[in-house]
Amino acid sequence: MQLSLASQNGQSPRDRVSDSSPLAIRGLTVSYGEKPAVFSVDMTVVPGQMTAIIGPNGAGKSTMLKAALGIVSPVSGRVQVFGRPLDHQRARIAYVPQRASVDWDFPTRVIDVVMMGLYRQLGLLGRIRGTHRQIARDCLDRVGMGDFADRQIGQLSGGQQQRVFLARALAQGADLYLLDEPFAGVDAATEKAIIGVLKGLRAEGKTVVVVHHDLATVTEYFDNVFLINTRKVAEGPVAEAFTPETLQAAYGGRLATAQIDQISRPA
Amino acid sequence: MGSDFVTLSLTPLLIGIFAAVACALPGNFLLLRKQALIGDAISHVALPGIVVAFLLTGAVTTWPMMLGAAGAAVVAVVMIEGIRRLGRIEPGAAMGVVFTTLFAGGVLLLEQSDTSSVHLDVEHALYGNLESLIWLDGTGWGSLLDPSALAYLPVELPRMAATLLVVAGFIALFWRPLKIATFDEGFARTMGLRTDLLGLALVLMAAIAAVAAFDAVGSIIVIAMFICPPAAARMMTNRLEVQVGWSVLFAALSAVVGYVLAGYGPLWIGLADAVSAAGMIATVSGLILALAALFGPCRARAGAPSGV
Repeated sequence: MQLSLASQNGQSPRDRVSDSSPLAIRGLTVSYGEKPAVFSVDMTVVPGQMTAIIGPNGAGKSTMLKAALGIVSPVSGRVQVFGRPLDHQRARIAYVPQRASVDWDFPTRVIDVVMMGLYRQLGLLGRIRGTHRQIARDCLDRVGMGDFADRQIGQLSGGQQQRVFLARALAQGADLYLLDEPFAGVDAATEKAIIGVLKGLRAEGKTVVVVHHDLATVTEYFDNVFLINTRKVAEGPVAEAFTPETLQAAYGGRLATAQIDQISRPA
Repeated sequence: MGSDFVTLSLTPLLIGIFAAVACALPGNFLLLRKQALIGDAISHVALPGIVVAFLLTGAVTTWPMMLGAAGAAVVAVVMIEGIRRLGRIEPGAAMGVVFTTLFAGGVLLLEQSDTSSVHLDVEHALYGNLESLIWLDGTGWGSLLDPSALAYLPVELPRMAATLLVVAGFIALFWRPLKIATFDEGFARTMGLRTDLLGLALVLMAAIAAVAAFDAVGSIIVIAMFICPPAAARMMTNRLEVQVGWSVLFAALSAVVGYVLAGYGPLWIGLADAVSAAGMIATVSGLILALAALFGPCRARAGAPSGV
């Protein structure tokens, strides 16, 4: 196999080009208790493309993303964003957390949530101008939620909430977009809207990384995959890294072989 | 309303309003962060802090006691965080354990120490002494313009006013980060916000409000004002900006109505003595909460359960 299952110490050739990578992770280990959730993971995201992070439940997909963003503290490891430490590059990152990670009963409107994406521009006391409101409304339009600006967020369906989160990320005006399970539990219309927006970002030259759970859509949606099961299993273009062998290695007995064949070799 | 009002009621009313609002403001955020019990915890642990300060200094003087209470509040916050992290105990339980233990310790200390000669007892700690904060030199509205009379305002009044300014100033200045971090802490962190420091600062503000109010009006008001006005306000609106406005209104209303009812209510129904103003203020805030829960326009939890 050309793209071998990654060994934990092996230096892949990609290391050399990581200087300009939108997201380069080296030796990342994260632990919540005694057992590591993510162990010694390297990742090099290809610029201007869409990458899916996939793996079984509890494989450390979200944890890896959160550690890369500084939301959880890693035990060890290094994260570089566009060749510089994360803290210098906050303005170039946009993040879409899992929808269930917040309390949607929070007293605020859709437009206010999108405006949160403009905080780095506005600062503590910067005045909100018409241009800021226009940006927020444009972002809502892009996800098809323009008519919902004044709704309380708790009145939205799950798919609508997800789109509002995406609009907030768009308002951040970033170069690298990191999304945690944006397609989980959303309706078909929302899934279509979200993938349309993400492909639009790619067309603008932005880089998109998505924690993804639906193996059936990987080939259709993404350019690259990153398979993880606590350790990195495989990384590379979908055609090379998304194979029955890598899936078997990542999921073990959890997927039937026939199922894997069906998914990774569409008829 | 004449000179009697200025002498007897003006300063207690103002102190009550300032204390209520100073606690209700951070209460809005604590409630949304599901940390509402922090106010309860802080006001309870203030007791052992005050007793220790008294034992060390041997006198009931304001600043050592305020410092003792503030120190105890910080100790409690650290203990709550420690227990939560080390013991994997949920935050509510961690708070419950810490404040009941420290409060009980304070009661024991109080019993064992010779405080009988001074005005320091459990009842005082609970109800404060709002009615006694009168302005003897305030003989009429004209006294508000008289520097020599103003010099004898109860010291609790300027202290509570300053506390309110500090707390309100903090919330106004950090409004945006507080709102973002309260709604979505992970997202706030990805934008570089120090949500840990922000959360600590919020709790410290609550501690300052609680300790200052505790000194003036007792812990009953503190506990009630951290929770009741913000919880009632949440049921009046679906916007945080408006909610904070309602909470301030409800807090002030509780203070005024509670004070008046405590002083005159028993007389109206034929009873001889006035009742505790602090107790009545807290009761009124509870009644407002009940009314909001029954008739408030936004009392139903909106949307799908969050999974919390």
